[in-house]
Amino acid sequence: MEEVDVEPTTTPIPGFDSNQKHLGFVWGPGDILVYETIYKASGGSAGGCPFVHEVRKDEDIYSPILRKLFNESHHIFVGLQRIREDLPSKNKKPQFVSISKNYRSVIRACMEELQQVAVYHNDSLGNTLLSLELIWNLCEVLFIDAAPAGSLVLHLLDWVRLHKADVDEKAREVLASESPAEHQAYWDVVISYVLQGRMDEARQVLVKQAALQPAARVMFKLLDNLLMKMPIFNPGETQTLTEFDVKWRHWREEVDHCLQDQSFASNRHLEDICKILVGDEDVLLEYKELLSTWYHFLVTRLLFSHPTVKPTELHYYAQSSMHMFLDTRSVPEPLDSILLAAFEFDIHQVIKDCSIALNNWWFVGHLTDLLDHCKLLQSHNLHFGSNLREFLLLEYASGLFTHHSLWQLAVDYFDHCPEFGRVYLELQIERVPLDTERKALKVIRICEQRQMTEQVRSICKIMAKKALRNNRLGSALSWSIRAKDAAFATLISERFLQDYCAKGTFSDLDLIDNLGPAMLLSDRLTFLGKYREFHRLYGEKRFSDAAKLLLSLMTAKIAPHSFWMTLLTDALPLLEQKEVIFSADQTHELMFCLEELTSGKSDEDIETTKIELLRLALARNLAMAIVKEGTVEV
Amino acid sequence: MMEGINAKYVSQKISKTRWRPVSSSSLQQPDIFATGSWDNEDNKISIWSIGENGISGVDDEFEGDPQLVCEHKHNGDVLDLQFLDQDRIVTASSTGAVIIFRHHHNSQTLSVSQLWERAHHYPCDNAPCTGIVCNSPEIVTVGEDGRIILFRADQEGVLRTIENADSSTIHDVTFLRTTEILTVNSIGQLKIWDFRQQGNEPSQILSLTGDRVPLHCVDRHPNQQHIVATGGQDGMLCIWDVRQGNMPFSLMEAHSAEMWEVHFHPSNPDHLFSCSEDGSLLHWETSSNSDTPSFLQGGRNTSIVSRSAIAPAGGNQSLISSWLTGDSCKGRLETTHMLPSQTLSVNSLDVLGQCLVCGTDGEAIYVNRRVPI
Repeated sequence: MEEVDVEPTTTPIPGFDSNQKHLGFVWGPGDILVYETIYKASGGSAGGCPFVHEVRKDEDIYSPILRKLFNESHHIFVGLQRIREDLPSKNKKPQFVSISKNYRSVIRACMEELQQVAVYHNDSLGNTLLSLELIWNLCEVLFIDAAPAGSLVLHLLDWVRLHKADVDEKAREVLASESPAEHQAYWDVVISYVLQGRMDEARQVLVKQAALQPAARVMFKLLDNLLMKMPIFNPGETQTLTEFDVKWRHWREEVDHCLQDQSFASNRHLEDICKILVGDEDVLLEYKELLSTWYHFLVTRLLFSHPTVKPTELHYYAQSSMHMFLDTRSVPEPLDSILLAAFEFDIHQVIKDCSIALNNWWFVGHLTDLLDHCKLLQSHNLHFGSNLREFLLLEYASGLFTHHSLWQLAVDYFDHCPEFGRVYLELQIERVPLDTERKALKVIRICEQRQMTEQVRSICKIMAKKALRNNRLGSALSWSIRAKDAAFATLISERFLQDYCAKGTFSDLDLIDNLGPAMLLSDRLTFLGKYREFHRLYGEKRFSDAAKLLLSLMTAKIAPHSFWMTLLTDALPLLEQKEVIFSADQTHELMFCLEELTSGKSDEDIETTKIELLRLALARNLAMAIVKEGTVEV
Repeated sequence: MMEGINAKYVSQKISKTRWRPVSSSSLQQPDIFATGSWDNEDNKISIWSIGENGISGVDDEFEGDPQLVCEHKHNGDVLDLQFLDQDRIVTASSTGAVIIFRHHHNSQTLSVSQLWERAHHYPCDNAPCTGIVCNSPEIVTVGEDGRIILFRADQEGVLRTIENADSSTIHDVTFLRTTEILTVNSIGQLKIWDFRQQGNEPSQILSLTGDRVPLHCVDRHPNQQHIVATGGQDGMLCIWDVRQGNMPFSLMEAHSAEMWEVHFHPSNPDHLFSCSEDGSLLHWETSSNSDTPSFLQGGRNTSIVSRSAIAPAGGNQSLISSWLTGDSCKGRLETTHMLPSQTLSVNSLDVLGQCLVCGTDGEAIYVNRRVPI
C-alpha cells in the first residue's frame, strides 16, 4: 500500500458537530451517504440531526457546459476505438495526432464558453481546463507526435505561443495607439516577440522605433538583419540537422561578434535583444515577468542555446530551468511537477500526478487511452488484474453512471474495457431508474445487444409487474413476450381467466383475439387464445367447429383442470340444441372427462346440481347421437 | 452522405425536435425549431433559430449554427411535441400531463398557456402521455394508460375520452381524416378510430400476421389518406394501405434497432425519413416505375406545402402512389444515411422544405439545410 502523497481534504457536514456525535456513512457508486448516529462521543444517546447527507466528490459532472465536453469526447473516444488494428503504425500516427487535436479543440471550446459565462464568478473551472489543455498539448508534442531533434524545439515553441496569447493583444493595443514607439508597453511587445521566436513580427514592430530615430538607423538595420537571418530548422527541406547546426552556430557567432563590438551599446533595449539572441540566461531571467512561466523560459532558452536539443536531453534543461526560474522557497505547484514529469518522459508519473490533482477521471482516462493506442504504455498489471488504461476508464465510466443522464455514454466505455467492462456494466445497468417505457426499451436494447439475457429478463419482469399492477394486461403481455418469459405469460393468462370467471365476459378482446404466434409462449396463453376462439365460433353459430374445439381443449390437456367445469358448463347449450352436435364418440369422451373431474373428489366439493344436469344432458345427447348415427337414409 | 451537417452539443438529451410551420403562401425555408429534452432532472423545451434565410449563395458551415432563442422548464420527459400553430406548442409529458406553451415573439419568451395535469393516469401511478397529433384547434393525445383523449385548445375540459381504447401502450397517433385517427400500440396493432361513432371500439384493426412487434411511430402520406408508414421495435419500415385489409403493402428492413420516428416529406412525399435507436437517420427515395415521367402519371399532386393536407376535393381515387407498387426492389428505392458517423440513438427528426433537423441521445442537434429532394 502506497503512502498518501497529500493531506486529504476535510469536508464539513452542515448541521453536524463532530464533537457531539459519531458520524456513520455508507459508500455509494460515486458518493457517500452520511448520517448522524446515536452514539455520542462520550457514550449515551440523545436526539440529533434527522438528515441524511449525500457527499459527492465530483461536482463537475453536473455542470451544463462540461456536459458538452463529456459528450463530444465520447464521440471521439468511440471513433478512436474503431481505428483498425491491422494498419501499420506509421500510417496511424497522423490519425492519432489528429484525434489528439480533436480532444484539445473540445477542451478549448468548453473553456471559451466558460469564459463567456463566468465573467463575474471565480473561473476556477476555466483555469483547470486551461491547465488540462496545456498538459495534453505537451503530451501530444512529446509522446504522440514524438518530434525528433530539430522539430522538437519548433513544436515546443508552438506550444508556448498557443498558451501565451496575451502578446498579440498587447501588440494590437500598442500598434493601434497614436505613437506606437512611445507606448509604455512598446519594448515589452518587441521583447516578447523575440522571446517567442517570432522574429518577423518583432521586426515589424521595431521598424516603428527605427523611424523615430534616424540617427541610429545603422544600428537598427544591423539588428534587423540579424533577426532576419536567424536560421530556423525546416523539417521539410533536405537540410540535415548537422547542416542546420553549422549554420546556426555561424549566425550565433555573428551575433556574438556584434555584442563584443559594442554595436548596440547606446541602446539598452537593443543590446538586451542581442544578448537574448545569444542565449544569455541572466538577461532572460531579467525578463521573468514577460516570460511568466518557467516552461516559457525553458523553451526560449532552448531556442537560443540548444535548438537541436534531443528529446532525451530535455529533462536536464527542464529541471535546471525550473530551478533557475522559480524561487527556491516557493513550493512547486501540481502543474509544474506534472509538466516536469512530462519533460522527463515519465508517462506514468504524469498520469499519477494528474489523477491526484483532478477530481474526476475524464482527463486521465482519455489521455491514457490515447497513449495506449499509440503503444506508449508498458503493460503493467496492477494488483487487481486490469491494466492502467482499463482501470482509469472503468473509474471514469462508473462515475458517469451515477449521473441521471450521462449513464448512456458510460456503456460505450465499458464496452471497450475487455476484462472487467462487462461485469461492471451488468451490475450498473440494472440500477438505472425506469420511469417510462421508452427508457426501459433503451436499457433493454443495450442489454440485448450485449447478450445480457439475465438483465433483459429482470427488467422486463419489473415492467410487466408494473403494468399488471395498473391492470394493463396487454402491456404486461408485451413485456413477457420480449423476455420470452413463459411463467409471467401464464400469470397474465390466469388474470384474464379470473376476470372472465368473475365477469362472464372477456376484457381486452383486442389483445386475446390477436395473439398470433405469441400464443405459443405458454400453455395457459394458448388455452386462453383457443378458448376465446371457441366463444367466437359459438357466436358465429359454427357449432360443430366450436364443439370440436371445446372437446380438444380438454382431451389434448390444454385446459387446466380447474377450468374443466367451466368448459363442461359451456358445453351444455351445445348439448341441448335441437340438432345433434356432438357425435356419439365425442359424447363418450365428454362423459369420460366428467368422470375424471368428479372422481377422487369428496361430495361437498362437487356442485351436485350442475353435475346432474350435465349427466342428464350427456345421456340425452348420447341417445340422440346413437339414433342419428344408426339411422340409414332410405 | 451530406456535407455541411455539424453537430451542436446542447447539454441535454433531445427527445423531440419539430420545425415551426411556415405559412403555406410563402416559399420560405423554416428557420425556427423547438426541442424537448428527456432524462434530465430538469427537463426543458427550447426554441432555436438558424438565422437569416434570405441570403443566397452563402454556403458557410458556420452559418445556420442553431442559436437558442428561449427555453422553459418542463415537468417530466418531453415524450412528444407538436406545433399547434405559429405561436403555440403542445407537449406530452412523462408525468401524464399535456401542456400548451405559448411563444411570445416580442419578448422572445415561452410561457405555459394551458395545462391538463393528469390527462393520462393510472388509478394510483402516473401514466406517461406518449403521443400527440394536432389539427388546430383539436388535439388528440394517447398514452401508456391506453386512453385516447380529445382536447380543444382554449377549452378547459376534455372534449372526449376513449377509455381503455387499448390494453397495451399506445405509442403514436396520426390523423387519417379530420374525424378519423390511427393509433399504433405495443402489441403491433394499427387501430382506426372514428370520432363520429360513439362507442369505445375501433372501427378497424390491422396487424401483421406472425410476430407481433411493438410499433413506435406512424405517419400518414401527405396527399393520400389511405397510405401510412409505420416503424417498430425491429426497425422494419412498413407501408400500409388501410383500405386493403390486413397486410402491409411492403416491408423493408431499415434499421437494426427500434425505429423512433418516420416522416413523409410534407411537400415531396416520394421522400421518406426514418431515425432509429441504432444511431442512423435514413432518407428513402422512391421513384415511379414506368417510363412516363412522373409528372404525367397522376401519381403526384402539385406541391401543396401544408402539414395537414387533406386530399383536394374531387381528388382522383385511382392515384397510384409510388409507395404502393408493392415491389421494393433496389432499383427503385434508394436509401441514404444522413448523418456523418455513428452516433447514439437518434430520437427524433423533422423535415420541412429543404431543411432537416434531428436530435440524439448524444446531446447533439444536427441541422441540414440542403436536403436533396
